[in-house]
Amino acid sequence: MSISTTTDKTDNSAQITARPGISALANPTRFLALVRVVLPFFVLVTIALLAVGLWLGFSAPDDYQQGRTVRIMFVHVPAVWMAMGSYMVMVSGALGVLVWRHPLADVASRAAAPLGAAFTFLGLATGSIWGRPMWGTWWIWDARLTSFLILLIIYLGLIALWRSIEEPARSARMAAVVILVGAINIPIIKFSVDWFTTLHQPASVLRSDGPALAPEFLYPLLIMGLAFLFLFLTLHLMAMRNEIMRRQIRTLQRKLARNRKPTSGHVS
Amino acid sequence: MKALLIRELRLSLRSGGGAIPALLFYAAVVIVIPFAVGPDPILLATIAGACLWIGALLASLLGLERMFRDDAEDGSLDQMLIGQTPLPLVVFVKSLVHWTVTGLPLTLTAPLFGIFLGLEGAPLGAAMATLAVGTPSISFIGAVGAAVTVSMARGGLLLSVLVLPLCVPVVIFAVGAVRAVSGSIDPFWPPFLMVSGISLLFAVLGPFVAALALRQGHG
Repeated sequence: MSISTTTDKTDNSAQITARPGISALANPTRFLALVRVVLPFFVLVTIALLAVGLWLGFSAPDDYQQGRTVRIMFVHVPAVWMAMGSYMVMVSGALGVLVWRHPLADVASRAAAPLGAAFTFLGLATGSIWGRPMWGTWWIWDARLTSFLILLIIYLGLIALWRSIEEPARSARMAAVVILVGAINIPIIKFSVDWFTTLHQPASVLRSDGPALAPEFLYPLLIMGLAFLFLFLTLHLMAMRNEIMRRQIRTLQRKLARNRKPTSGHVS
Repeated sequence: MKALLIRELRLSLRSGGGAIPALLFYAAVVIVIPFAVGPDPILLATIAGACLWIGALLASLLGLERMFRDDAEDGSLDQMLIGQTPLPLVVFVKSLVHWTVTGLPLTLTAPLFGIFLGLEGAPLGAAMATLAVGTPSISFIGAVGAAVTVSMARGGLLLSVLVLPLCVPVVIFAVGAVRAVSGSIDPFWPPFLMVSGISLLFAVLGPFVAALALRQGHG
């Protein structure tokens, strides 16, 4: 056990300090430099898109059936898109860990998990608030709702898994395996409204016969979708940066501890 | 392969009382439910299938933690990792053994517990059929959870959190099949075949993914 931990430690520190060659971004320093350049741009785009999307959303006319509550859609649907999008980022991160052993792959999926959980929660909460006036209930065991609740549990379980395995390299690989298994849920969520005819309405934007939304609702929705995408990208880059820094600090602390031990040993 | 099966069966039957603890736990769960929901026979009969399934699910999860734990501790797991037998096959056999000491006894004793819950006749048959066909899926997908948490000191709780969401579809369709027989207009076969399909899918998927997790955990 002790042997395996030491090898993992060295392996991990090697991963963090330098391993150029796989691709340019495998080098965390280079990645951090890129983040520093790109991030302000992303923040601005996010703010602009959110402003335009919210303004258009609030100035959209009331729906003839749903009245004002239709505006919940402009938050609910983008949140749900990004909840599944975050999971797909984690899936690609998991493939990156298992197949290419890319040093930043685990950082990417690890940073995406809390964001995905937050978007999932937002989707469930706004859906619940929307469902109360429209369906007359906060919650119903509909196929779409249930599969989405399971997505939230998978997110939380993964976060717990990452936290409970101490060695970063091992926790990365274990989480990657579970992420891939949990990916079964994503198509289930997507097609649950087609397979089971329960309360939640079927897809109305991504349809083979074109969107079933009126343009005055569709455009604000798409802009809000883009805004949420950029919101995710911004937060994700920030979270990745923080995770890299956290690992660098950990490596430095370990180096410090390693250098300190022999001197005290020699004195005694 | 056969030797492995015999070894695993012997180990799981002789250590820790074999199937008895899981059965007792199952009994405890099933007996507590009437206290929780009240002794109304009509209500109990309608939820009996669900009760049996919840009991079976929890009892199966209970034993999962030990699937690879003992082997990891005494080094047998390292032998399996470098051995001749393909690792997914080893996992398959171990999952099968886990099922024989949990899922199978639970299925066979279902009539006894059915009495407590007022379950008899065709619904009881349906419950037994779904348990027989559906519980292997818990063992197979549970192997993945067991493989992921094998190196953790207290992995049992996390294992349940990871595995339970994946068991939800089986429970939905299994209980749906039982309900179909006990006087619903829905047909029995579609949910039952879904349960069988999920079990078969997990029987293929589980061992390979669990083997991957075991290899990654040791690499």
